[in-house]
Amino acid sequence: MAAGVAAWLPFARAAAIGWMPVANLPMPVAPTNKNKRQDELIILNVSGRRFQTWRNTLDRYPDTLLGSSEKEFFFNEETREYFFDRDPDSFRSILNFYRTGKLHYPRYECISAYDEELAFFGIIPEIISDCCYEEYKDRKRENTERLMDDLEDNKDNKPPNMTCRETMWRAFENPHTSTMALVFYYVTGFFIAISVITNVVETVPCGSMPNQRDIPCGERYTEAFFCMDTACVMIFTVEYLMRLFAAPSRYRFMRSVMSIIDVVAILPYYIGLVMTNNEDVSGAFVTLRVFRVFRIFKFSRHSQGLRILGYTLKSCASELGFLLFSLTMAIIIFATVMFYAEKGSSSSKFTSIPASFWYTIVTMTTLGYGDMVPKTIAGKIFGSICSLSGVLVIALPVPVIVSNFSRIYHQNQRADKRRAQKVQKARLARMRISKAGSSTAFLHSKRNGLNQSLELTGSLEEDQQLKKTTSLLESQHHHLLHCLEKTTNHEFVDERLYEQGYLQTALQNFPSQSPSLSSEEGVTGTCCSRRTKKNIQALNATHTHSHTHNLQELSALHIHCGEQQPLNTSRSSLNLMSDESGSLNCKSSGLVTTAIISIPTPPSNNSRANPDAPPPPNPDAPPRPNTGSDVVKISAL
Amino acid sequence: MSSRRRRCKRQLIKFTQHIARLITGTLNSDNEDEEQESTTVRCHPENLEQLQLQTHFSRQELQLLYRGFKNECPSGVVNEDTFKNIYAVFFPLGDSSKYAQFLFNAFDKDKNGSLSFEELVCDLSVLLRGTTEEKLNWAFNLYDINKDGKITKEEMLDILKSIYDLMGKSIHPRLKEEAVRQHVRIFFQKMDINQDGVVTIDEFSDCCQKDENIMLSLKIFDNAV
Repeated sequence: MAAGVAAWLPFARAAAIGWMPVANLPMPVAPTNKNKRQDELIILNVSGRRFQTWRNTLDRYPDTLLGSSEKEFFFNEETREYFFDRDPDSFRSILNFYRTGKLHYPRYECISAYDEELAFFGIIPEIISDCCYEEYKDRKRENTERLMDDLEDNKDNKPPNMTCRETMWRAFENPHTSTMALVFYYVTGFFIAISVITNVVETVPCGSMPNQRDIPCGERYTEAFFCMDTACVMIFTVEYLMRLFAAPSRYRFMRSVMSIIDVVAILPYYIGLVMTNNEDVSGAFVTLRVFRVFRIFKFSRHSQGLRILGYTLKSCASELGFLLFSLTMAIIIFATVMFYAEKGSSSSKFTSIPASFWYTIVTMTTLGYGDMVPKTIAGKIFGSICSLSGVLVIALPVPVIVSNFSRIYHQNQRADKRRAQKVQKARLARMRISKAGSSTAFLHSKRNGLNQSLELTGSLEEDQQLKKTTSLLESQHHHLLHCLEKTTNHEFVDERLYEQGYLQTALQNFPSQSPSLSSEEGVTGTCCSRRTKKNIQALNATHTHSHTHNLQELSALHIHCGEQQPLNTSRSSLNLMSDESGSLNCKSSGLVTTAIISIPTPPSNNSRANPDAPPPPNPDAPPRPNTGSDVVKISAL
Repeated sequence: MSSRRRRCKRQLIKFTQHIARLITGTLNSDNEDEEQESTTVRCHPENLEQLQLQTHFSRQELQLLYRGFKNECPSGVVNEDTFKNIYAVFFPLGDSSKYAQFLFNAFDKDKNGSLSFEELVCDLSVLLRGTTEEKLNWAFNLYDINKDGKITKEEMLDILKSIYDLMGKSIHPRLKEEAVRQHVRIFFQKMDINQDGVVTIDEFSDCCQKDENIMLSLKIFDNAV
């Protein structure tokens, strides 16, 4: 139960007096506080800094070090205080957790130091409150990523037994691994540069024949340029084929962007080789030469910054799309307006709306070539509005793109939506756990048969047994719920059992034993709930078949409950103190499962509430006599 | 019709204000229309000695109670929503809002919509340390929703329904509508001596004091603090 509401329990219990006159049944006896002592201050000395608090405050969470008797190990007899040799700054937030019920993560704190402190004091990080939880998770993720990166960087030594193919691939991807790779890297870079410069210089007019106009160098020194081109293309082809050979997944390699760029870069040459003789398609051949400029993109293998830029543009696709869309809208609007405004004037360049597009684009991007100028007054007014709005429309999405770039550059790569979704799911799951926790705690203690003993004739031993598994606060809360049951003469049951009971009454002719399930809503709960659904389906099937089905399900259930008991989950309901009862539940499942697996008996009100009893060897063992009212006791599974 | 006209006028005024703001170039932060008023109420109880006189609690117990109370409600008063939330934690399986509302009205003696520490602690002392007469009075006050001195069948039905709501849906045996009415009938059979359809405080008090079960159960929370 949360720290705060524990203070209200006396009020709620007192208000329960209001149920007494309407109740028809006798009430159970209240748990008494045997070790009632006056609330005292205790001193916690953490590395010299003294913290003081009430003992009650620490007792709120008996699951942790400070709340349990574990702190007695740290008690210093001479100074009568508890001494912990830990960081006093982190201890502040831990102590505040006891006081307020909320665990906060201080931002200046190092994440791994904080984790260690939490682990020492027995507090699980999942209960960090919502205000600090996202920050905590982000920092934790960064930390793990950094650790993973460090691990990868340390893998410099070549693992043995790498095939030739794998070595080549590794050399291609990380040129720093070996000298050969480095040489190859620089050679290809050099040839890319040569190829690009060649393409550019080809078109420069150099020198002139005596009685002819200037001709570009490409036509003057045709063979030289052709040799250069051939050399480059050969190198690129060899490189591409080698990469193709070394790639671990050739299909994936061929689909990747870089390989497509490679192919597009070298294809024009080969097509040109094939088609040189045909005069008709020489025009198309010239066009193909344009594609040679794609060779410059091959530089992106050599430059990290270029890759980041490309990645940014890809991730800002939506912002770019918005920019384009808004620009298009504005262009169309202003072009239309300018066209109609300038329609009146003579010799106007604004011959049609598409013709006005050019004016609008030039004006909005504040280029202002001046080849199209409005002459009428209306045109000038609208033209000025157009240029003013152009500045705005273009300036707005740009900072978004810039910030995107900086975000990616600082390695914040997760999509915000995915992060929010995950956090949201985890948060809902945590809320569900803590909400269901207190109710399941009560159902647990019921199931363990301990509450039954708290009739008005409760005896001392059972009282002590109760104390062993729950704390005083929990027992008082359970007592309150028990009184409510007695007032209304109805019992709390597990939700799923309720569904099953409903189905049972619906089917009516199925003599099922209604396997009851552990109601732990933690990790085990989810696995068991899946089985439950299957169980309910089974109920609808034929009887004999479903019997065996049930048995199999039950045995499967048992395995699950038995194995999957992570300490995390049971402790994750830190706000409840039903750890032990929870584990008691699952541990005992072994015994009860065997008992039920024998033969499901016809509808009986068998109460097998006591899990510690040895399983009856005879499945038709006489049922225990029902207590007072006509209720079915739930057996632990 | 007039409300529509009023709305229209209001929207027109807002529109002209908006245009005026646009023309004069005032930013939103210069706007003085929407100023937040702090409506926090702070209340602190009378001093410890007086509370000691008024209630049956000892000094340490009062200190303990107040510390817990102040932790939860730093402003010093509990309003109905907080009360309902607290009850929702204690009875997570069911719907506790109606019952919390009845309780709140029973605690709130001066009907000002919020409970101060004195009101709570005085009632608490009655419930935990008071005489059976006082406890029965309090219970009667709870059941009597309109505080007219009589419990009718409808009031009882409402109260019992809210108590059953605390249990929630997953209960056994399944709750039928008839069960609550049956419970009301049993109650009236027991309590309504002169069979006039209402239960007065005297009938209630007499019947309860004759019933041993009720007498015993009234005492079980006596050590709750």
